[in-house]
Amino acid sequence: MFLLTGASLLLVLIMGIGLYMKSAPIFEDHSLWDLLSASEWKPFKNRFGFFPFIMGTVWVTGIALALALPLSLLTAVFLTEYSRAWVKRWFYPALDILAALPSVIYGVWGSLLIVPWISERMAPHFVEFSSGYTVLAGGIVLSVMILPLLVSLFVEIFSTVPQELRDASQALGATRWQTTKKVVIRRSLPGIFAAVVLAVSRALGETIAVLMVCGNLSQIPHSVFDACYPIPALIANNYGEMLSLPLYEAALMFAAMILFVVVLLFNLLSRVILYRLKKS
Amino acid sequence: MLSDFFKRHVRFSVIEPDMDDLLHKEQAFAPDVKFRHPDAGARLEVRHLDLSIGTQQILKDISLQIPENKITCIIGPSGCGKSTLLKSFNRLIDSVDGVCMRGSITLGEQDILRSDGADLIDVRRRIGLVPQRPCPLPMSIYDNVAYGCRIHGIRGRRQLDAVVEHYLNEVGLWDEVKERLRESATGLSIGQQQRLCLARSLAVEPEFILADEATSALDPQSSKTVEDLFVKLKEHYSIIMVTHTLRQALRIADYVVFIYMGEIIETGNAGQVFHHPQHELTRNYLSGVFS
Repeated sequence: MFLLTGASLLLVLIMGIGLYMKSAPIFEDHSLWDLLSASEWKPFKNRFGFFPFIMGTVWVTGIALALALPLSLLTAVFLTEYSRAWVKRWFYPALDILAALPSVIYGVWGSLLIVPWISERMAPHFVEFSSGYTVLAGGIVLSVMILPLLVSLFVEIFSTVPQELRDASQALGATRWQTTKKVVIRRSLPGIFAAVVLAVSRALGETIAVLMVCGNLSQIPHSVFDACYPIPALIANNYGEMLSLPLYEAALMFAAMILFVVVLLFNLLSRVILYRLKKS
Repeated sequence: MLSDFFKRHVRFSVIEPDMDDLLHKEQAFAPDVKFRHPDAGARLEVRHLDLSIGTQQILKDISLQIPENKITCIIGPSGCGKSTLLKSFNRLIDSVDGVCMRGSITLGEQDILRSDGADLIDVRRRIGLVPQRPCPLPMSIYDNVAYGCRIHGIRGRRQLDAVVEHYLNEVGLWDEVKERLRESATGLSIGQQQRLCLARSLAVEPEFILADEATSALDPQSSKTVEDLFVKLKEHYSIIMVTHTLRQALRIADYVVFIYMGEIIETGNAGQVFHHPQHELTRNYLSGVFS
């Protein structure tokens, strides 16, 4: 048992080392800083700038979180603090179904509904032309994908707050909303933070759905109506055609390593903060 | 700036001469003056209360009048509805799904069962609660005591400082915690936490205090401290206490209500109920035939 547990940890380490070994050739020609900060992506001219992809990932994830966080927080508050038992009985299975849908379905839904909606209805109010395959489309689709995950995590976290605490607050004359704000959410903050990190990790790595709606142009997005090219989409789109160029393969492995390291760091950071919060 | 709470309640302060002063200057909260409700001294009365949860009837035809400035102990075997009755007084029972209540509970002119919104908040401010297990809110010692005041709109720093100091003194906790008011309340010992909960309830100036087996989770020493506090506090507050410990009831109760299977079997002064019980069931319960 111990060996198996150790082996699964070792697997992560081996993956990390493997990715590094595979991406090593690219460091012979380019410095790490160059790779991360350069904006030009021309593999056939030996120019590998990852900045547009990093920015694409950051934009899409940021928008997804900005949309999903308030919505999921309020939904979870409603479900745990306000709703009646029969609402919960209906809503929880529905959430599970949403969470279990394959991401390609979200991608199809995004390209059939969200992309045309942005292109025809929303973008004309702000910019001259937008294809609809944009940062915003990616953000919306991703936010819908992480919403059920966030809601179910928040519901679970809020349910662990003892009823006595709510009673103590309400017995002093606090309203339900005051109790939620000042007691339930406050007490749940470390958990909320951990849930957000988990959702962000998932959003960072999500591939197929964003690939289908983001436009996949290697440019730095300047507005939500620009196309972008997040890192996972870059890897998935180009993995088949890179065999002819050894450096191209190294570059894509490097992209994978960026994702790997960022997600790993994110999780570590959340552990440290959680630990500190608990301690204080 | 005077808070809404201050304005609302100070106007009706029972001590008249300070009124103008208090209204026109922002004076530190003066806890020796009772900023009580206009209806202070109102009677808490239950009439023909039936309470059921789902299909199960928990309380049957309860009629009761809570005596003022006394400790009323509600006794009875487990599951007889004591805590449910207690939670009906401040309507915390609402958080249980499927509760249905008939009859009335009145606090002066106010019908508690039909109160809603602001009225219910007012009822809850007037009837404080000390929980069964100490449950400090997830904040500092200072913020725990100030919580209720802030909820009711008191924001002045000096005023809050005075409230916190006064009520921590009242429960004998000030000297123990004055150096660490900003630290988390969960760092206190269980006994201290329970006294903090009592201070938190007192800080909104209730007229009644509900205590649901408030000493059951405490060690004997802390339990004694809290008991002594209740005896001291009854000078200003009417205390309604649910207890499992007959000895405790014997020590501190002035008035006793015995409930069995959701019905009131006997009520009366403590001496009378304990020494000359009128009802067979009371006699059996007191002599330990069932518990």
